[in-house]
Amino acid sequence: MSLVLSPLDDRLEAAGARFTDFAGWRMPLRFTSELAEHKAVREAAGVFDLSHMAEILVTGPHAAAAMDHALAGLFSPLVDGQARYSLLLAPDGGILDDLIVYRTAPDRFLVVANAANRELVREELRARCHGADCEVDDVTDELALVAVQGPRSREILERTADLEVDGLDTLRYYRALPMRFAGSDGLVARTGYTGEDGFELYLEASAAPALWDAVLAAGADLGAVPAGLAARDTLRLEAGMPLYGNELTATVHPAQVGLSRSVPVARKGEFVGREAVLTGPPAGARQLVGLVGEGRRAPRAGTPLLDGDTIVGEVTSGALSPTLGHPVALAFVDPALTDPGLPLEADVRGTRVPVTVSTLPFYSRKES
Amino acid sequence: MMTIPADLRYTAEHEWVAVVDGQVRVGVTAHAATELGDIVFVELPEPGTRVVAGHVAGEIESTKSVSELFAPIDGEIVEVNTAVVDDPALVNADPYTAWLYVVAPDDPATIDTLLDAAAYASLVGA
Repeated sequence: MSLVLSPLDDRLEAAGARFTDFAGWRMPLRFTSELAEHKAVREAAGVFDLSHMAEILVTGPHAAAAMDHALAGLFSPLVDGQARYSLLLAPDGGILDDLIVYRTAPDRFLVVANAANRELVREELRARCHGADCEVDDVTDELALVAVQGPRSREILERTADLEVDGLDTLRYYRALPMRFAGSDGLVARTGYTGEDGFELYLEASAAPALWDAVLAAGADLGAVPAGLAARDTLRLEAGMPLYGNELTATVHPAQVGLSRSVPVARKGEFVGREAVLTGPPAGARQLVGLVGEGRRAPRAGTPLLDGDTIVGEVTSGALSPTLGHPVALAFVDPALTDPGLPLEADVRGTRVPVTVSTLPFYSRKES
Repeated sequence: MMTIPADLRYTAEHEWVAVVDGQVRVGVTAHAATELGDIVFVELPEPGTRVVAGHVAGEIESTKSVSELFAPIDGEIVEVNTAVVDDPALVNADPYTAWLYVVAPDDPATIDTLLDAAAYASLVGA
């Protein structure tokens, strides 16, 4: 099966991308060195093509009420231009996807879902909005998504030729503004998935290659570089952010991954998964924790965790932290073993490696 | 265009072999280093360990993946490159300088059975 190409594919190729198949899309894994790209995001800026992410519009007079019913979050109180991180839950409370929802007008919501879940999220939203006066449209193919992440990102956008945004200097975290670029309308949001300050720019696919060029040109002398999905994964892991497919799956409840606050049951009416959330996960369900290690060898996804000779958990993501210089990992462990400082062992392909339960995130950016 | 030095021998597992004073110096190819991405950890056999051709001799990890290192020939480990253990990024910087370990071969003639540069180039499509 041929891969879907990003609207930025020729730009990625020209920038030297090494590509990977990501949920059926040909996307850049890295351009030069994933560690250099990671470092650029922490110290200057990285520019990511995230056009594979699914964008689904929910519009109509009942859109807000329909969203409140369909997803775990509460959307009717959002003001225009406000964003919310939320979850699509199964009736049994399992996490089907995590997503970001932007309210762009009183009757219009932009839902950004993981690429692998495009059809699932679209069809679930259609089914869950059925009967309400609202429409669900998949606009993934029409939109490109360029993320500019890192401490210099605002400065870069302010210098980007032909980019017009009114109020970028006062745009708050998890807020979005309309933007215009070279005659096309788009949305600029102060959101991201790297643990750094940064912006995500949604733009018509046809205008996106010029935006990619303009952003990189504006950021070149500030240290901005194109960055790929490999860097994105180590960045999000350092920031302690769970990933769909690793930490978030259909057999995991929000309470197990510390996302109960994303489900304001007390303030919400009926929604899919409500009963299961009120009941909570089964007794003894494992909890997501952070782990830190020593040396250079990181426990990877699937690595068993041991307390003495008893298997007490499993790693879901792990890497040698490029910023911190020691291994970090996310793991599910038995609920009695979640205290920070608790020593455990990871069975890394037959070698026992000591790890310590840690608070999250592993890395927090310094507020400027 | 990937570098494949003509004076080295290669394995299908993307290791290169150089004969230095009758002993065999082993590293990973530029192709392997590029495929792996940034290398962050290597585990090498202790000097004195016996290795067997085609069997696992160590591990090499990048930020995204873990790969096994396979011994190219039978023999005994006589030296490991501690500089690379301390700074695995040396492998990415110059894979043909950043050797990993040295083997005293049981039978030096077996070196000639390894791939030459042309055969390795055709294997990796270079």
